[in-house]
Parts: sequence; structure tokens; C-alpha cells
Amino acid sequence: MHIGNYIDMVHRGQQDLAQAFIKVSEHHGHEPDIKSTCILLAGWSRQLMEKIKPFAEKYGEEKNKEPDKLMRDLFEGPRKGSMALLRDLQDLWLLAREAQVASIILEQAAFGLRDKELITVCNDINGFSKRQISWLLTRMKAIATQTLIAAE
Amino acid sequence: MKQTRDSIKDIWGERTPYYGNWPVRVDAKVDVEPERWVQSACVLCSNGCGMDIGVKDGRIVGVRGRATDPVNHGRLGPKGLHGWMANNSRDRLTQPMIRKGDELVAVSWDEAMNFIVQKSKDLIKEHTALSIGFYTSGQLFLEEYYTLGVIGKAGLGTPHMDGNTRLCTATAAAALKESFGSDGQPGSYTDLDYAATILHCGHNIASQQTVLWMRILDRLAGPNPPKLIVIDPRDTFTAQKATVHLAPRIGTNMAVMNGLLNLIIQANAINEAYINAHTIGFEELKHTVSTYTPEKVEAISGVPAGKLQEAADILCKTDTLVSTVLQGFYQSMQATAASVQVNNIHLIRGLIGRDGCGIYQMNGQPTAQNTRETGADGDLPGFRNWGNEEHIKELAQLWNVEPAVIPHWSPPTHAMQIWRYAETGSLKMLWISATNPAVSLPQLERIRKILDQKNLFKVVQDAFMTETAQYADVILPAAIWGEKTGTYTNVDRTVHISHKAVEPPGEARADLDIFLDYAQRMDFQDKDGAPLIKWRTPEEAFEAWKKCASGRPCDYTGLSYAKLSLHDGIQWPCNEQHPEGTKHLYKEGIFNTGITYCETYGHDLDTGAANTQDQYKLFDPKGKAILKGTDYQPPHEQPDEEYPFMLTTGRLVYHFHTRTKTGRSKELNDAAPDAFVQMSEADASKNGFSEGDMVEIISRWGKAIQPVKIGGVLPGELFIPFHYGYWDDPDRVRAANELTITEWDPISKQPHFKHTAVKVRKYEQGILDKAATLIKDVKDSFNS
Ligand code: SF4
Repeated sequence: MHIGNYIDMVHRGQQDLAQAFIKVSEHHGHEPDIKSTCILLAGWSRQLMEKIKPFAEKYGEEKNKEPDKLMRDLFEGPRKGSMALLRDLQDLWLLAREAQVASIILEQAAFGLRDKELITVCNDINGFSKRQISWLLTRMKAIATQTLIAAE
Repeated sequence: MKQTRDSIKDIWGERTPYYGNWPVRVDAKVDVEPERWVQSACVLCSNGCGMDIGVKDGRIVGVRGRATDPVNHGRLGPKGLHGWMANNSRDRLTQPMIRKGDELVAVSWDEAMNFIVQKSKDLIKEHTALSIGFYTSGQLFLEEYYTLGVIGKAGLGTPHMDGNTRLCTATAAAALKESFGSDGQPGSYTDLDYAATILHCGHNIASQQTVLWMRILDRLAGPNPPKLIVIDPRDTFTAQKATVHLAPRIGTNMAVMNGLLNLIIQANAINEAYINAHTIGFEELKHTVSTYTPEKVEAISGVPAGKLQEAADILCKTDTLVSTVLQGFYQSMQATAASVQVNNIHLIRGLIGRDGCGIYQMNGQPTAQNTRETGADGDLPGFRNWGNEEHIKELAQLWNVEPAVIPHWSPPTHAMQIWRYAETGSLKMLWISATNPAVSLPQLERIRKILDQKNLFKVVQDAFMTETAQYADVILPAAIWGEKTGTYTNVDRTVHISHKAVEPPGEARADLDIFLDYAQRMDFQDKDGAPLIKWRTPEEAFEAWKKCASGRPCDYTGLSYAKLSLHDGIQWPCNEQHPEGTKHLYKEGIFNTGITYCETYGHDLDTGAANTQDQYKLFDPKGKAILKGTDYQPPHEQPDEEYPFMLTTGRLVYHFHTRTKTGRSKELNDAAPDAFVQMSEADASKNGFSEGDMVEIISRWGKAIQPVKIGGVLPGELFIPFHYGYWDDPDRVRAANELTITEWDPISKQPHFKHTAVKVRKYEQGILDKAATLIKDVKDSFNS
């Protein structure tokens, strides 16, 4: 059974996401809504992490030895300014998608195991991921035109 | 000097008790007997009281209420009775000016306008129209906003256009849109004549709309008085009359609203038939609020469980209900989400669309409704949906331009973001009309720095040398109310006409004429090479607007200048079907939520993420109202050891906005000459402050110095009125917004003026200051 592998992936997905949201909130403190919304969304990811924990005990978490490729490649060095903001939001979007797809895959296993609680948790993660992704997209679209055309 | 009553001493005047038909009482104030009276309406709050302007020898000499007007039945409040004096002020701007070196130099209109046009063209060439933005007001007239909207959207093609309405009514629009699919107040002021219960949410109506409060006071004094529920952390004039006053800690409205909804649902006081036939989302809402027991709400908000229950009991039993919502909700945490819960109470109880049942997501400013209708703020004209290609095509066809010209790739830029673009340098020209951001925006030190930027070209169009105008590169002197003709719409959709009574001073021009002049000099054209703007007069602009509004919720097609001049105010929609106007929207329980008609596809109440058309398709409410809920979130900035107080800001009964006008009436100014900080008795004695002591209030964003006023607020909280700036007192740092945090609601983007953590300490030169004020007071009393 490889379910432990995906439990780890879902767990780490939310952990990375929480960290990344906090990082972006700190990088872009001058954009007040970015700051407050990123803190809120980091909070969601932290809560989801807690929800997945019991299943790590139940099924055993298979810690993945691979380094966090996405996390490492994204958010390289501190970046400031409007172009950096756009790029950071796009990186968050990638991470959120990654976290979402992991939960969708884990849910398939949960169906097979008839594990109602795990199905609910996966569903929750998917739902919150959608909302995170939707906000990121809204926010990126709102600044993209100005950033790409008018910003210095 | 003749006045029917002293509105300064007795703000609301004598009672005329009633139920059903509000008696007439004509309030008037004139300096000398007028030669003639000119039809108008007051522009000093969103109530829009019908009034006549008295004129003698080409000057405004007084006003009187219009007895037949449905809004005020003749009454006027202190601002209405005295505010007109600003027109005659010697401080009026009378000539265009251009900054040359450090000086603002008087120039001709030609020179000023050509300068602006040249600058605009250069910027467009180098940086596209994305480098140009407009920041307007809730003070202009409908015709002016519509013209400005077309200039921005189809002439320049910039998405950067918003009003200071962002600060006061953006949440009203947002909350209406989320629940009902479009902007537009469902009720009518006449609902107050019958309502058994009135719920005021963060709305100090007694100070804000004194005439509407008179209507309620008269009901309270009459047979069958209504029960009054007031949600406000402060002990306001309004709260003092409440049957139940809920005083939540600042920033906790959401918990209180969820608690009320939960109690109504638990008591099974819901109207199931209405919910099933006319709404979607009830089960989710029920689930969301189910954990908000009175005990939990008390723990979060400090509102005693028993009081919440008392309020809920009234709401459960009442068969008619009028609710009003304003800045206590709009400028606070979870503004849109909490305001939507007020709509939800009406929807789940089926109290909407009939006599006695109204919701007023209140506007702050008199013409704010028109900024929203015409698209001079972050909306599209006629409550159209920026995400709906068909709506964009309608506008393009109307204006005879290509749809691609109209910026609709994302929502129009909201004011706070416009200022941010200016701060970061991608916005290089900002045209500010009839508003005073250097006093009214949050975190003023930051705003002054932005205004001071050399590479930001600032056009200021105003009637006075405001704190903002001081920073202008070009100043355009504007005519104001009484000096130009136009229409405006109040908070219950009543449209009034205001005729020109006198000439503007010096070379001042109507805002409409200024915008038209700009359009002509810029040579904005439609796709056939004809001038884009095809109107020259206010009446022609109004006719053009009617075409734009036709078939939309705010349909004006049944109105005309002639009709409005013959009648008193008329409520939109007014069209062939409803030639006399419309008292209630949504009478049949059919809302503007259909996918092809709605103004918005809605938002995530927590993040503000916008639904796409595809997402909306999945739950197309097809005319049902949308019940939306969410959990309480604490304010981002909480008091802590270093900043132990929570500061809130608000208005005083005698002033409007930044006192540009009301500060120029001697009576109004004398009634409330200065700012102060209000503090609870407990905190004052703990800190050793007595009444009148000068203290320094410090937040993470700035500081201000104010005399202490004791009482009227909860321990741990402070209140400073937001009206006061520097034009008449440059010596003391006193604007409330020196302190406020830059932060906004995720959906309405309205700034959070209501909660900033601060500390207070005695101001060193306190005694000297106090002595100086005393001496001045004594002098004043000898002089008057
Ligand atoms: S209530 Fe408002 S509109 Fe009426 S007179 Fe007073 S300020 Fe003017």
C-alpha cells in the first residue's frame, strides 16, 4: 500500500502552502490586502494540516525523501515590487494546485478504503484549495495588465 | 434673520406624532426675504431632502423644506438649514491655477485645460491610458458622473476610475449585489411609517440623517410605536432611544449577526414558503450560523447573551421590519459579509418587497447612488456586469465604440488600488474632483507622500482650496449645488432635480462643463469619427443617461427634466410600466440574479475571489435571492500591551465629510468647532485624564493630538470624529485619519476606518493648549 506516501504529500502540500502564504504576506506587506488575505489563507492550510494528521497515524506516513522541488524553485530570494508580486502569486497558485491534486488522488484511495472520515477531509481540502486558487487568480488578473504594461 | 426653528440647539425640532401618514412641518432659514424660490434638494447627506433655494439679488439667501416632498415632508436638519452659506464664502476658488515652481498661479481656462490635455496625450503616448486615473466624489450630479464615466471608459479607456464613495457606500452596493444580484435599495422611506420594528446596524441615524430620524422620533411619539434595535459599540443619540441596544466590541459585528440568525432559525421563526420559493443557500447558511449560540457570541463580542436573545425575540415576532446599515458595519471587519446578514434576516423571515419592510444599505453621501449607477466609480453604467460580454456589447453599441475599447478584463480599479498604483509610480496622472483625500483617506502621512510625488500629475477640481488642492499641479474652480442644474438620487431611489439658482463665483464652472471641455479638447471620437460625447447641456446628458439605463434595474426612462420639475422626488425604476415610479423592488420575490441580468457573479465572502460566469452557471439562481454566510474573523489589528486601545472614527451631527462646506457656516462651525477624543470614564480615571486635557494618540501609522471628552464609549475604546483637517487650523495634528490603518474589505474594498490599535499619553504642552482654547472660547463668546 502506498497510501502513506500520499498522506505525506497532502500533509506536506498544506505545510508548504501555509509557509509560502506567510512568506508572500511578509514580502508584500505594502500591499495591505495581499498581507491580510495571505495570512488568512495560510491559516486555512494550517487547519487542514491538523485534519490530515490523524490519518498519518492511522495509515502510517511514508516520509518522502525527495527534497521539496517546487518549494525550492519557487520564492527564490526576497522579491519586491509589482512584477515580483505577480510572480509570487503565480508560484502560490502552482503550489495550491499541487496541494489540491494530491488531495484528489488521496480521496480516490479513501473511496477504495470506504474511509468516510478521510473522504470528508479530502473533500474539505479540495474545497479550500479551490477557494485559495480562485482568490489567487482573481488577484493576479486584477494587477496583471497594469504590471505588464504600465509598471516601470 | 428668520428661521422657523433653532436646529443647532434642538437638532430634530418639535415632535409631530403619527402612524401611517407623516405630518408636514416646513423648516426654513433665510437671511433676508428671497425674491424667488428655486426647486432643489439638499446635498449634505444621502437622505436627499427636497428643498427650495431662496434667491435675492443673484445670491442665495436661504432655504426652506418642500412640504410636498415624499422624503422630508418639509423638514430640514441643521446641515440642510445652514450648509448653503458655503456658497457665499469668500474662500471660494474663482480662477484656474497652474503650479509654476512652488507657486500656484492664476491662469485662463484655455491655458489650464490645454495644459491638462497636453499632459494626458503625452502620458497616453508613452505609457498608455493605464497611467491616468480619476478619483471623484459623492457630491457631483448624475449628468456629470455619467459624462465622466463615458470619458474614462470609452474615451481614454482606463479602468482607473473610482469615487470617495469607496470610503462610504461601497459596501452598500456590494452587499446588495451579493444578495439580490444588483445594486438598488429594496425599500422605500414610507416603510418607516408602518414598520413594527426598526433595526439600525452600525448606523447612528440620529446624527447622520437627522430628518429620517425625525420620522422615527415621530413614530416613537405616536400610536403603535416601533421597537428599536440598535447595534453600535457607542452610546449614540440613536442608541439612547433603543428598545434593545447591542454594543459589540469593535470589529465583531459578524458574530452578532450570526448569533441573531441562529436564534431566529432555532426558534423556527423562518418563513419556509418564502425561503423555498425565493432563495437559494438556506441549508448552508443554517449550518454556518448553527454554532453561534448566545454564549459564544457573548464571548466574542461582549454582547450579553440575554440581550442578544431579547433582540432576536423581537426579530422573530415582528411582521414588518425596516433595517438600516452604515459605517459601523461598512468600515469595519467583514463589512460586506456582516451587511449581507442583514439582508439574510429579511429573506429568511420573508420581510421584503412590501409596505413596512425595507432594507437600506445606507449611502453616506448625497449623490453616491449616482456614482454607482453611472459607472463613475468601480462599477459599470446601468449596473452592468464587467464579466458579461453581452453587457459590454450593449455599452459599446450605445456609445458607438468597439467593445475592446471598454476596459473589462478585470473589475474597474478600486480607489485604494488606484492610490497604490500612484504610490508605486505606474499611475502618473490623478484627476481629483470634489473630494479631499488628504483628510479623508486612511494613514494620511502616506497619502501626503503620494500627493507630493513629483512624477504624479495632479488635477484638483474643487470649490475650495482644500488640503488636497494644496498639492495640485492644476486647480480647476468648480461651481457647486445651487450654481448648476442636474439630478441626483437618494438612498431610497428618489430622484430629485436641482435647478441652477445663482451664477457661480468668478470664473468657476460646472463640473459637467469642465468634463465636456476636456472631452472636446481631447477629441474623443466614436468609431465613425463623430464626437464621442454627443451632449452639451445637463438635460441632454440626462437624456443620454436614460438610454443607458433603459431596461436595467435603475430605469430612468419615465423621467424627464419637465416631469421632475413639476413633481417632487420620484423613485426609480420609473418607466412606461411604472410611470409614477416604484416604491418597492422585488415585490414578487423575483430578484436580479439571473445570469444574463445580474450585475455580479458574486464573491467569496472571506477572500473576495470573484466567481466567473462559468462558476455562476453551476448555481444560476434564476431570479432567486442568494443567502450567503460565513464565520466570524477577528480584526487583524488587536489591542496589545503597546497599543492597548481600539480607536474608532465617525461623524458629528453638524458636519459633512471634511467640513469643506459645513465648516464655512458660522452656526455649524460654532456648534462643533473642533475634534476631540472620546474615552470611557474608567479609562480616563485610570490614566488620570480629565475633560479637556490634551492627549497624544499614537498608532502604528501616525499620531494626533486631541482634547479628551469623557463618556459615551466602552472601556478600551476611543472615538475621534473624522471631519477635521488643517485648512482652518494648521497648527495642531488633529485629523483622525493620521492614525487609521490602510486595510480594506475583501469584497467592497471599503477601508477599515473603524478599528486601529492605539495608545494615549498626556500631551506635554497640554496646559498651555487648554489655556489657549479657553481664551479663544471667552473671546468668541464676547464677539457673538
Ligand atoms: S437630513 Fe440630510 S439631506 Fe436632509 S437636510 Fe439634513 S443633511 Fe440635508
